[in-house]
Amino acid sequence: MEILCISGENWGWEGLWQLCPRAQSSSAENIPSRERFQSSGLRSNHPEVEDLKPKRFQVSALLSKWTKQNMWLQIFPNLGAGGGNDIQWCFSQVKGAVDDDVAEADIISTVEFNHSGELLATGDKGGRVVIFQQEQENKTQSHSRGEYNVYSTFQSHEPEFDYLKSLEIEEKINKIRWLPQKNAAQFLLSTNDKTIKLWKISERDKRPEGYNLKEEDGRYRDPTTVTTLRVPVFRPMDLMVEASPRRIFANAHTYHINSISINSDYETYLSADDLRINLWHLEITDRSFNIVDIKPANMEELTEVITAAEFHPNSCNTFVYSSSKGTIRLCDMRASALCDRHSKLFEEPEDPSNRSFFSEIISSISDVKFSHSGRYMMTRDYLSVKIWDLNMENRPVETYQVHEYLRSKLCSLYENDCIFDKFECCWNGSDSIVMTGSYNNFFRMFDRNTKRDITLEASRENNKPRTVLKPRKVCASGKRKKDEISVDSLDFNKKILHTAWHPKENIIAVATTNNLYIFQDKMN
Amino acid sequence: MFMRGLKRKCFDGEEDIEGTLAGIKAIPSYNLQRQSLLDMSLVKLQLCHMLVEPNLCRSVLIANTVRQIQEEMTQDGTWQMINMQNTGQASVDRLVSTDILCRSSREQAEGKHVPGYSTFSKDFEGDQAQDSSETMSTASSVQALRNLQSNVWEMENSQENKGNFQKSLDQIFETLENKSPNSVEDLFSEVDNSYYDLDTMLTGMMSNTKMGHCDGLEPFPSPTTTTSSSNCKSDLNELDHIVEILVES
Repeated sequence: MEILCISGENWGWEGLWQLCPRAQSSSAENIPSRERFQSSGLRSNHPEVEDLKPKRFQVSALLSKWTKQNMWLQIFPNLGAGGGNDIQWCFSQVKGAVDDDVAEADIISTVEFNHSGELLATGDKGGRVVIFQQEQENKTQSHSRGEYNVYSTFQSHEPEFDYLKSLEIEEKINKIRWLPQKNAAQFLLSTNDKTIKLWKISERDKRPEGYNLKEEDGRYRDPTTVTTLRVPVFRPMDLMVEASPRRIFANAHTYHINSISINSDYETYLSADDLRINLWHLEITDRSFNIVDIKPANMEELTEVITAAEFHPNSCNTFVYSSSKGTIRLCDMRASALCDRHSKLFEEPEDPSNRSFFSEIISSISDVKFSHSGRYMMTRDYLSVKIWDLNMENRPVETYQVHEYLRSKLCSLYENDCIFDKFECCWNGSDSIVMTGSYNNFFRMFDRNTKRDITLEASRENNKPRTVLKPRKVCASGKRKKDEISVDSLDFNKKILHTAWHPKENIIAVATTNNLYIFQDKMN
Repeated sequence: MFMRGLKRKCFDGEEDIEGTLAGIKAIPSYNLQRQSLLDMSLVKLQLCHMLVEPNLCRSVLIANTVRQIQEEMTQDGTWQMINMQNTGQASVDRLVSTDILCRSSREQAEGKHVPGYSTFSKDFEGDQAQDSSETMSTASSVQALRNLQSNVWEMENSQENKGNFQKSLDQIFETLENKSPNSVEDLFSEVDNSYYDLDTMLTGMMSNTKMGHCDGLEPFPSPTTTTSSSNCKSDLNELDHIVEILVES
């Protein structure tokens, strides 16, 4: 196992070492250089590093041609194969209430970075949107990136009552999507089950003063008291962030909206519910085009619903939608007005050896996301994450098991409804790592290049900033090693459904039930 | 009794089932577990029908699962047995392999190769008691479903619904679809739904199920068969009464 970074207690320098148990001698010149260290070996009394704790080794080092000294070296193992490609995740911040009593309205229902990564928006079950802003990087604090602080909070959706059906419409925010920034203001779309709203978030840090006809508090002056004229000027004021709804797109969906996606033309967007997908223009609220309709003429024949939809990041005519039967359909809007006939159908043939009564339920896709490049798309079903090449329809190019140890527990998970949990997934900025959530406040990352994966936990126990997160492991069966957790002691109420990755940097936002965790990679 | 075994089976996915005679007696039969799954699914559908806004995706998935079980039961011949209001001797074609529901089908297929007919009859005799309670619970669950159908969805069609499972499934969807009532009858059936469901909850049909808890799975126990049918009748009368009043006003 390679060691990336060491620091010598007595020496105080760093270098790259290779741990070689069979090394007979070690040598170090008195002027350490990186290259020299790379080829050195260590003699140690300890067995090869198995876990990932820092280790101390006693080494015999040649300080100079004539001096040999025994000393201690403390070694910090890294997670991956040389070059420091693997990221060490550290706790950065946690937002939200500390107590265990979770107010229903505080349950986070969506998390989304904007296109620059400077803003992070969350929506909750109470219909509120909270936006965090990253503070500008401090030159003195070069070892960590800027913190995210509350920038704006507003009530996006209110509960409604549909009198005709005698049904309450939840105000829970299902999705938030940012528009790319075109001027000083920021725009985002937020949606609940039935209505989509376009919000404008603008800053106000100046205000006009010195009106002739108005007092400072707004009362009108008696014109006869005006003796001189002056020109009003703008004076600085405390920063105020205002959110105002600019468009409300309502009454277009009979069923619950599960996805919204902004087109690459930045003028149109789609909204998808269980059976239909509509295309909107951002400027027009009283009309939308129906582009997909899978509602059967006879509702008795309904066997499949739409679970997610997204526009292609580069082709403004292409979008995909996933279904509860585990299929993804790619549609081209140029082909016809109603895209009921797909251009491509992505489906993996079922593994007959794994067939059970729950096969269909666990194959239902809960999220679909294009890669930033647009060449791949990722789908999340109950037990796995699959990466598809858009050019190959018959099977995914990569499959990653998220929590395969749950396969034997499907019966219980069906009973307590956990099998219907909808997990989301996300790409990192370079499309090399994908991330998704699991139970017990665990979340998983899969590196597509090194094929390594890691399980981390979002918990308040690792609260110190720049504390490197310890990888977790679930023990499926057999004897449990130290620090492992057995499947039966997993807390299925602590689920991480929503995660987001900064578009440019290694900063991730992970939402537990009512808390938002922000993690960063360790900067040296 | 067998419920406990069932729960254990769900957690102990690793247990090795050889299909031995002793094994068959100790482990709940596949039929029973499948039946439990069917009951659980029906309860879930019923409960989500009660919700203000049922999650359509979840309902579709559960209904598909129910359909799948029904198809398999039809193939096995066990469904016919139930539909005939079974009069005693069950016409079981073959002993369904004993296996757990969560296991893969390949393992199930291997388990299906149970040794020949001589052991079959021995087992069947031994399991007869279990089977009859099985069928009783099956019958009770079907009757419960019929009760649900006849009282919850379309009162006029209650006679037609008997013995027609597929139609009941369809009605679930119709009702889900008809959450926007166009007709006066639909409006009444909406009112009736909530009333009836509350009633059934109170009378204990639903009290065994614990949504959202891993406490254990309990299919409709046989004792409620008689009570539910009497409730059914009284409920029907009460519902008629309500309809009358609504119509008059």
